[in-house]
Amino acid sequence: DFNERCAQCSEVNWGITDGGRFYCRSCHNVTERTREVVNTDFISNTRVQTISKGLRKQEKNGESCEWYVCEGFQLVLKKQAEALEALGVCPQMKDEVLCNFWRRYLQKSKQAYCNRTAGEAVQALSVCDSSTDVDSEPERPSLLHLLSLSESDGDLPTDCSFASSTSKVSESTSVCSGSVDGSLYLMKNQKEKLRMTMPMTLSFCYMALLWLREPMTLSELLRFVVEGHIPYFNVFLHFPEKMKLYGLDLKIFCVESWPAYEEVYNKMLELAAFLDLPRFPDITDSCFLHPNLLCMKYLMEANLPDELHHWTCRVVKKIHVGEVDFLTLVPGNKSTRSVKYDILAVAVIIVVLKLLFLLDDHYEWLLSDFAEERNKNNNEGGPYFELKKWYKVIKCTLDAEQKKLDEEKAKDLWRCDKPLYYSVEKKAKVLKRRQMVVNLQNQFGKLSGSLRPAEKPKPSSFQLRWSEENADGNCFHGHSLKGILQEKCGLLTARNPEYWLCTLKLCSEKVCGRAAHYREMDFPQSYHFVLRLFAFLLRIQPSYIHNEVCVIEHKLFNKKLCRKPKYKTRLKR
Amino acid sequence: MAELEEGKEGAAVTKSTMEAAGSIPLPPLRLPCQPVSSHEHKLNFGKSKEMCLNFIQDAMLQKQWNRAAEFLTFYAEALEKDFSRDYMGPSEIIWRIGTEILCHHSHSGMKEFNSFIEQMKTFGVKRYLKVCLEHSFHLLCNGLVDEAYQNLSLAESWRFGEHTAIRDKEIKLIQAYKGLLDYYSWSKQKNILLEHDEDEFEDLSVEQEMHSYFRKAAVNLKEIIKIPGVWDIFVKCYVDLLEFYGDDEEARQVLSEYAYNSKFPANPNAHVYFYQFLKRHGESKKSLISALKILHDLVPSHELMIDFNTMLQKSKKRKNRRLGLQVIFAVLDYAGWKENVKAWSCLARQVKQIVISDKHPDWIEQEWDSRKDWWPAFHFSHYLAKKNWQENKSLSYEKALVAGIILGKDCKYFRYVSHQGCKAQAKKFRILKKFVNKHIPVHLRISGLSDSSVQP
Repeated sequence: DFNERCAQCSEVNWGITDGGRFYCRSCHNVTERTREVVNTDFISNTRVQTISKGLRKQEKNGESCEWYVCEGFQLVLKKQAEALEALGVCPQMKDEVLCNFWRRYLQKSKQAYCNRTAGEAVQALSVCDSSTDVDSEPERPSLLHLLSLSESDGDLPTDCSFASSTSKVSESTSVCSGSVDGSLYLMKNQKEKLRMTMPMTLSFCYMALLWLREPMTLSELLRFVVEGHIPYFNVFLHFPEKMKLYGLDLKIFCVESWPAYEEVYNKMLELAAFLDLPRFPDITDSCFLHPNLLCMKYLMEANLPDELHHWTCRVVKKIHVGEVDFLTLVPGNKSTRSVKYDILAVAVIIVVLKLLFLLDDHYEWLLSDFAEERNKNNNEGGPYFELKKWYKVIKCTLDAEQKKLDEEKAKDLWRCDKPLYYSVEKKAKVLKRRQMVVNLQNQFGKLSGSLRPAEKPKPSSFQLRWSEENADGNCFHGHSLKGILQEKCGLLTARNPEYWLCTLKLCSEKVCGRAAHYREMDFPQSYHFVLRLFAFLLRIQPSYIHNEVCVIEHKLFNKKLCRKPKYKTRLKR
Repeated sequence: MAELEEGKEGAAVTKSTMEAAGSIPLPPLRLPCQPVSSHEHKLNFGKSKEMCLNFIQDAMLQKQWNRAAEFLTFYAEALEKDFSRDYMGPSEIIWRIGTEILCHHSHSGMKEFNSFIEQMKTFGVKRYLKVCLEHSFHLLCNGLVDEAYQNLSLAESWRFGEHTAIRDKEIKLIQAYKGLLDYYSWSKQKNILLEHDEDEFEDLSVEQEMHSYFRKAAVNLKEIIKIPGVWDIFVKCYVDLLEFYGDDEEARQVLSEYAYNSKFPANPNAHVYFYQFLKRHGESKKSLISALKILHDLVPSHELMIDFNTMLQKSKKRKNRRLGLQVIFAVLDYAGWKENVKAWSCLARQVKQIVISDKHPDWIEQEWDSRKDWWPAFHFSHYLAKKNWQENKSLSYEKALVAGIILGKDCKYFRYVSHQGCKAQAKKFRILKKFVNKHIPVHLRISGLSDSSVQP
């Protein structure tokens, strides 16, 4: 409790005002000292004690309170973890895995769980930064004192960049933010610390999923985000009322683009290394992320014959991408390539399709005609697989789904009812615009009879569904490959003895950023079609898959390419 | 092709067979290019709204107003990020598209339209007057004259934002349209008075009201037509007012300024109005001709060119008659006049006159010279002869006369028409045949077959 003498009447007779401040019962002098506020809004199981231990300063009106950027991200992560749990991810994920990762991050980035945190310096700084009271003036020297202290302590980065950036902050008090450290946060030197961003919240989630070997790929996670099953856009709506968001906070928490696969993935790798995580749990052939299992899933989704699975397994085995050491993530290990499980699986399927059907816009149709011919005299169980029929069915569906997706993209609503503004001066204008948008939406929504936005789809691992029960005969799962294979020494082998490589030489990923380059017009149409199909399923660019296809091909044919260089020249033709 | 041994499992069974179907194209090698950033395909706010706009435009082109309205609800958000100073920013787009949808959508009424426009007015200071003006147009199209007038008055008295040259012009335009509506009221009152005039009815108040409308209209109309531009409707109304009150001198001044001031853009109508005014006031042939001469230069295919030709043919001056021939030939260069009997009869009359008088056959020769390459196919084909004969006998008569004189009696058109004419035992056509036969030398001269044409 507060035991100091009153500055005005020297009495020790304190009461507490509604705003949580101490006032003198004798002379009614109100101090700047506040009682420590226990705010339940902030208490989550991943709470950072070091930060919430200090006095939470509430402004006089009691409507807003101090908060830190990392607390914001913590809330975001919590919401995302809860959403994932609702999607069926095991409950350990939130409280054990993600929470631990986050604590580790706070510690490594010196925001909490260390002797002198960067946050404390920031907190002190914020006093002079955000306060408008006159009596904050005497606090300035103490702040500088604190800064120099921390510098000598060696806990804070001692280089001048930090000091200079802080002075910049205190000078430009016009740049404001709702959070205490919003302005400082954006100025931080990015090199030394991995600065938290919104896409990185997803990297955290994916890392936790991977740690638990949950049956969810990154592309799936991102799709759930886009479909709105996992909070990401306008996530600040979930912030408690008292956490005011404005100014620079918008730059941190408002996202205006969809999370990109590469970005989230790369950040995850960086993060895993930054946190010094040990080797992740093994990905064995019983894991969902193992290529054999994923291939099965994607074969089903692409409506391809189950028999192809046998072939994908053979390719996986031959190029050793099914081995535990290859598949398991070892953070910070730069010598091995890290695996994008979903992309790897679809690339294996494409390689198999190329092996069997060649996909050169010519041979696959010949083969299909051949299968059709043989189907006429086919008395065996399942019908022989005809690529032409499959193409027709898939093309129809894909075009329709693509169109639907494009329309959905165009119909995305990015703004929410809670208006955000950079500064108070802009508030009126922002509110006015928001009101007008709402009016327009109402008017034209009423006119078109579509006032309520369509309900979001139920979360599903499959985007395309094919069922044998359907009488339309559009399901190819049970079709047999015998129509296009030939028997050789009791084994079924592919008819075509040829293969074309997507590229002769892989580029250096260090130089180009990727192993191969893709231009649609340089490749056969049917190859492009297959790429497009899987790119649609994964919601990524076709070139990413093409990239992986090239890498796999080189693994598959590497021996031949290296051992007999004379064929290389013939390859060029 | 890479030659590959069969794997143990027989998976990679690729063998090099260059001979068989070995024409598989390999993708050309490329030099490493700039790394493609994932951001390229990253969907963001702007791109999503752009896609949305594309869907709206597609729907509008296909007149799917409901679909367009649906997508517009999603596009509306773009307003919140409209920090652009572009002319075609989201707010402009929403205004224009929204107006279009509300005009065409079957479930939208005047009430919705007005509330939409009122919102658009509050949006931008710069756009306020333009929105007001278009709103008034829309009200007028729906017969709501009083509301339109009120709207314009409000816009006129609006005082916000900075004064710019563009805004001054826009205000003038708004005032001009207000003047136009005053003129409309004036003319309504005038008609009432004129009707009752016959009944010897007198009402001072109606007359006074009419005069007050006149003053209001005249002030605003006079202002706008001082600014260079195309102000046909304003000029016409203003001149009508002036003429009614007997101020012919001012009217003449206005019209000649409108037609001849070089600061104004070239405008055929200005000359038409001027000509009509001169004609109404019985001005001399000379001034009429000079007015039409400019019109001929601007629009050789104008319908007044028939009058012009008639006027010139009657002229005593050789120069004018010569011009008349040029005018009528020029008229018939245009497809729109192809089957016009009047134009053809004008040409036939003048050509016949020239041939009979045997004066200046070189005029025809000179006109024909630039047309001999394409007129026979354009006007005098066998197909057209048949068609014209079936559809309009008098047209084919006039055309046959011209064809016979210029192209001779062997020309397809003349031969077909005169043959059909004689078969139908029409006297007119027999005379025509005789006439052409009599004047063969003219044809020879024109077509450069006679010796005379060789002479310098």
